[in-house]
Amino acid sequence: MEEYLIVLLAATGAGFINRVILLRSDYRQYPSYPHGHLTHLALGFIAASLGAVAVVAIAEPDYVAVTFLVLAAQQFREIRNMERETLSKLEETKIISRGTDYIEGIARVFEARNYLVIFTALITGTVVQISSWPYALIAAPILIIASNKLMSGKVIGDIAEIKEAKISFEGAMLKVEDVFIMNVGLPQNREKIIEEGMGVIIKPKDDNARLTLDSPGQRMAIIHDVAAILGSKVDINEPELTPSARKHVDKGYLVFYLVANEPDINYMIEIIKRVPVIESSKGAALSSYFGRKAAD
Amino acid sequence: MEIKINDYILAIITLDLKKVSGGGCPVFLAADEEELHKTSLYLAKVTGGIVHDLENGILIVCKH
Repeated sequence: MEEYLIVLLAATGAGFINRVILLRSDYRQYPSYPHGHLTHLALGFIAASLGAVAVVAIAEPDYVAVTFLVLAAQQFREIRNMERETLSKLEETKIISRGTDYIEGIARVFEARNYLVIFTALITGTVVQISSWPYALIAAPILIIASNKLMSGKVIGDIAEIKEAKISFEGAMLKVEDVFIMNVGLPQNREKIIEEGMGVIIKPKDDNARLTLDSPGQRMAIIHDVAAILGSKVDINEPELTPSARKHVDKGYLVFYLVANEPDINYMIEIIKRVPVIESSKGAALSSYFGRKAAD
Repeated sequence: MEIKINDYILAIITLDLKKVSGGGCPVFLAADEEELHKTSLYLAKVTGGIVHDLENGILIVCKH
């Protein structure tokens, strides 16, 4: 028992620390509640101990226990459903919604993080079992750093160039650069948009990026993230100042406009650069043969 | 489940009744520009719609 105790402690500890580090409450405002944190930390702890116990079960060797552990790992699939359900429910009461693509992305990340925790615990446990406990101090940080690096996906700044764009009106049509956004009927709203509105142009760097930005889910994610930080002047029953992103049908770039509570164009550009590329919206034209051929 | 009217013209506000005919929504006649904008603003607020300008003296209130 004594020898396994160290394996268990080291592995569970490493896994749990990894979960704590991966659990960031950032601008996406999720999870921002103490209960949400607790739920994920508790599940992270369970995941870490699963990984730890697996090492001991194999070392014993007790293969029945290993089989049961595999069954237990299936439970983590539920996390995705849980997250998806919560976020979809919350979506109904949001003025600016995240969109299902973003929710699916977040849910997947939460599920995947638990597998990373299991993996960290498993490897750390194995290292301690094979050599001695001080090696855990080397293995655990490497694994933690690796999983942080692995799980940080691409952001919009990687796939597109973002620049400030001019907002103008052609009659009643709101234009950002040369793209028509919508028809604004009331003169007072037009003035407000001209005075306080901010516009940017998002130019994709290649065909994959263009397809990514095409997807409404990705656009909703951009709109949500910007509005979540800078605020938006849309209100219930007053949809006239709704931020929107439209593409130039011929040139393929996206324009985005928002009437924000905090009108600061530079920060807006920085925020858009940091919006994650949604997994399910990611374009992959260039990985197909004909896609590459058609691109040039 | 809540049922809503979406993507539909809820009201037409015009300076000239000759330019509008038929349709499935109420038509409001305004005497001048000021009344035109005021009526459409009120209608938009009440219905939660958006005012669009057809630029020929006709405004429509739409829900998206």
